[in-house]
Amino acid sequence: MTKNLRVKSSEYIDETNRISFKFNGKTYHGFKGDTLASALLANDVHLVGRSFKYHRPRGIMTSGSEEPNAIVQVNPGTNRTEPNVRATEVEIYEGLEASSQNCWPSVEFDIGGINNFLSPFFPAGFYYKTFMWPASFWEKYEFFIRHSAGLGKSPTSNDPDIYDHRNIHCDVLVVGAGISGILAAKNAAKNNLKTLLVDEKNELGGSTIYENNEFNKIDNKAPSEWLKKEIEELKNIKNLEIKTRTSVAAYHQYNYLLARENLTDHLEAKDKTNKIRQRLLKIRAKKVILATGALERPLIFNNNDRPGIMLSSAIKKYSEFYGVACGSKNVFFTNNDSAYESALSLYNKGINVEAIIDIREQSESKIVKKVKEAGIKVYWSHTIVDTAGYKRLNSVSIMKLSNDGTSVTGSKISISCDCLGVAGGWTPAVHLYTQSGNKLKFDEEKKVFLPNQNTSEQISVGSCGGDFKIDEIIKNLNQKLKDTLNINETDLDGIKVEIDQENSKRNIWLLPSDKPLGKTKPFVDYQNDATAKDIKLALREGFRSIEHVKRYTTTGMGTDQGKLGNMHALGIIADTAGVKMGKLGTTTFRPPYTPLTFGTIVGRNVGKFFDIFRRTPMNDWHVENKAEFENVGQWKRAWYYPINGETMHQAVQRESKAARESAGMLDASTLGKIDIQGSDASEFLNRVYTNAWSKLAVGKCRYGLMLNEDGMVYDDGVTTRLGENHYIMTTTTGGAANVLGKLEDYLQTEWPELDVYLTSVTDHYATASLCGPNSKKILKKIIPDLDLSDENFPHMSFKEAKIGHIQCRIMRISFTGEHSYEINVQASYGKDLWEKCMEAGQEFNITPYGTETMHLLRAEKGFIIVGQDTDGTMTPIDLQMDWIVSKKKYDFIGKRSLYRSDTMREDRKQLVGLLTDDPNIVLEEGAQIVSELNQSPVEMLGHVTSSYFSPNLKKSIALAVVRGGKDMMGKKLFVPMENKNINVTVANPVFYDEKNERLNA
Amino acid sequence: MFLINCPYCGERDQQEFKAGGEAHIERPKQPTELSDDEWAEYLFMRKNIKGVQFERWNHAHGCRKWFNMVRDTSNDEIKAIYKMGEKPPSQ
Repeated sequence: MTKNLRVKSSEYIDETNRISFKFNGKTYHGFKGDTLASALLANDVHLVGRSFKYHRPRGIMTSGSEEPNAIVQVNPGTNRTEPNVRATEVEIYEGLEASSQNCWPSVEFDIGGINNFLSPFFPAGFYYKTFMWPASFWEKYEFFIRHSAGLGKSPTSNDPDIYDHRNIHCDVLVVGAGISGILAAKNAAKNNLKTLLVDEKNELGGSTIYENNEFNKIDNKAPSEWLKKEIEELKNIKNLEIKTRTSVAAYHQYNYLLARENLTDHLEAKDKTNKIRQRLLKIRAKKVILATGALERPLIFNNNDRPGIMLSSAIKKYSEFYGVACGSKNVFFTNNDSAYESALSLYNKGINVEAIIDIREQSESKIVKKVKEAGIKVYWSHTIVDTAGYKRLNSVSIMKLSNDGTSVTGSKISISCDCLGVAGGWTPAVHLYTQSGNKLKFDEEKKVFLPNQNTSEQISVGSCGGDFKIDEIIKNLNQKLKDTLNINETDLDGIKVEIDQENSKRNIWLLPSDKPLGKTKPFVDYQNDATAKDIKLALREGFRSIEHVKRYTTTGMGTDQGKLGNMHALGIIADTAGVKMGKLGTTTFRPPYTPLTFGTIVGRNVGKFFDIFRRTPMNDWHVENKAEFENVGQWKRAWYYPINGETMHQAVQRESKAARESAGMLDASTLGKIDIQGSDASEFLNRVYTNAWSKLAVGKCRYGLMLNEDGMVYDDGVTTRLGENHYIMTTTTGGAANVLGKLEDYLQTEWPELDVYLTSVTDHYATASLCGPNSKKILKKIIPDLDLSDENFPHMSFKEAKIGHIQCRIMRISFTGEHSYEINVQASYGKDLWEKCMEAGQEFNITPYGTETMHLLRAEKGFIIVGQDTDGTMTPIDLQMDWIVSKKKYDFIGKRSLYRSDTMREDRKQLVGLLTDDPNIVLEEGAQIVSELNQSPVEMLGHVTSSYFSPNLKKSIALAVVRGGKDMMGKKLFVPMENKNINVTVANPVFYDEKNERLNA
Repeated sequence: MFLINCPYCGERDQQEFKAGGEAHIERPKQPTELSDDEWAEYLFMRKNIKGVQFERWNHAHGCRKWFNMVRDTSNDEIKAIYKMGEKPPSQ
């Protein structure tokens, strides 16, 4: 049965542009300008989803972003699919597909609906209480709970869309383009302030744009007509940028706001391609004017969640703005006059309004009189005690309210209806205001939380600031604009406003039923199925803090963050616990206001733009020669160079042998390089390294170890004295930026008296490390006129030289234990240098090697890698590197900590070598080490930090940190693995050429 | 996201800066003369106040200069910014 509920032509709906779309596989039609919700309602579809816990049928409740029930999966089964989208915000387009969530097999027949009948067994905290024991069963429970939890389905393939970020700086940001926002933006821009006006909807004007109360007038015009003229004028104002479909998600300190601008979600698939889907606006505003309006509150009564039960204001919007009747037999339920406006709106279009049920005793306003004149029955002092209709409302039962509003009397009247409009008053949308860090105050008369203060940087205007009537709105807006923007006159000065005075309101947070509370279902949070009963249970169980009640009952924890029901939850808690609402406070409103997609948050920073990466000047050569790469910090480093399909192990074994037997070459350009100059440079190095530097001669190099102030090894590297007051420091590849930062920190804050200047030159030089017994011969071929004799150019010294016309710095230093040279040239000559070395080394079978071979070669020599063999808990003494700690120096960073009782403990973990009893077994890095096998639990003595098969020693070698390892030389230990125990022996960590004879070979 | 007025560069977004912990903790001039407890006091003990706090900040992605900030940690109001070596403003 399909009914057409389109009632009149609306200027916002283009009836010449018919659009077909699918919902739950069935094709429907709507028009350009419809939302998914308005189009479904026009087709008489109310049932769109199932609730989270009880799987109750749920319909469309609202017409905006506050929607708790009508959340759908858009474009299911595609890579553009998005779950938890509010049907009230989806603009329809040709080809749109959407489906219901949280139901199986279908929204019409949902197996989970059985939870509704079992609901007495699902009180608040059900999961916490039930699945606590036996504790060991949790893993089994978890599988089923996770399986049934969650709303919607996330996409399973990559998002094809493009997202973007944009920074915006403006004088004034106005959030919300209702009447207050439009007037604020207009006056700000007219006063030469760069102004940005944003609104989450696609049309400006908020709710005033379809305002139809004939008793309200602005300058003798209907407010909607008057506002249209104002909107028209905005087009001609300079300094004003307007962004629609733009929802402010977050309001951070210092007027920094994040907004999502939706650019293509309303377009057909063919028009979406190659366009930015959504843009995250990062707005820094000098002043922010919040004009976010107010959300209508529902009323909390028994079975208040059936499809067909909607907010009264939403019914009005569907009728006036979209030209859709939400039902053919309408009833309203209210505690104030706004329902009467909605009722009249329907009546004027010939839609049947059966009755208005008003919990007040009476109201004498003009609009109420008008409704009575229209012959619509009003039940004063009545309340709804129950509703009926499983998948669609079919009747409501009403009874007379007692004077105190806590019980009902008299006989029950049943009214047949298919749509119920609920009007419980208005809640100012203060979410953004509180996100900015400001506090709320409770207004006892209006029963609302309001912004406590307006500052020079931020004001709340219109209904989000507590002004609900047009005369108040314009008067207060005018004054606030003058104060905040420092202007003397505005457009608003001479405006005449007439309004219909509303006389009375009556606020009852939880309406009584003829049944006891325990037998009713008055929903407070629709999406999470939290009822007033659950809240009272939480209070009975001793919860007092509003934040605890929220978490225990899950009230306000859905994707809508309880925009509709939170106030009632607070009210019910306050009433039950007998505290004032102002004292109770609110839960914290957290960003985002409406959910954001991950795409919008990350913008362009995906794929290769996720993080920057750095390549060395020799990179092209490595690529051409089929190197495999590894990530070291942000660097892409050559890892190994496989030949003829070699595995990594085979390649590394070959590279390692070649480096020791003839010649190898490593791209060492990634090592951090810091240029240090100044008359106090030597003193500075004395203070930052553990060893002494004053006596290092010009032209000499020295290895240094840097500690943190807590005595733990921080970084290491070779520093060369280039001149009297000039050094170049090398750092580890990953530590370069941090070391520079740390050194700057000490220079600027602790030792500002030192004359020292630091410059990062990592990217300025390319470095080729040439090593092996034939390295000298190769270098000789490249630079024939440089004297390479041990007398002139010994180990740990430095020479300036020229290769052709290229200036270079050569250090004779070694990280492999072989005779080797590090050749540094200006970065742009890096590849040229590399190729020259390769050419000159050809006759010596020069073998390029990568980081893996470098690690192996240095492990053979027992050289540490900071960050691999150390982890921030190792002192130089733990590393058995006592030789590098100067006893003579009075002070250096971390010195005092080496004498703390804790760092002097004998049983600290210390670096040792490990040899496996079976030389072919290579230990796993990270494997634990024990001394006992037949004990449980057994003490973990330490772990393996580096482990390789050494082709030069023809056996497995490992470095490890072992508790008290220093005194365990030769001791047998065990490395227990999953399938076997490996026997190991503690050894000297220097496995190869202990006497360093090869350095001078 | 704070807007921080770097004393050398002017107002910049917080993402250019790095926080450096409590300010005005001077490195002892003669560490070797301190007891373990005194050294530990310098090394480990930091205040974490709800309210006005003196902090070190670094314009890490800008001029790389360190400076001091007085910040109310309860509402993130930056009350003062001053250069290293300058006297903190009286509260």
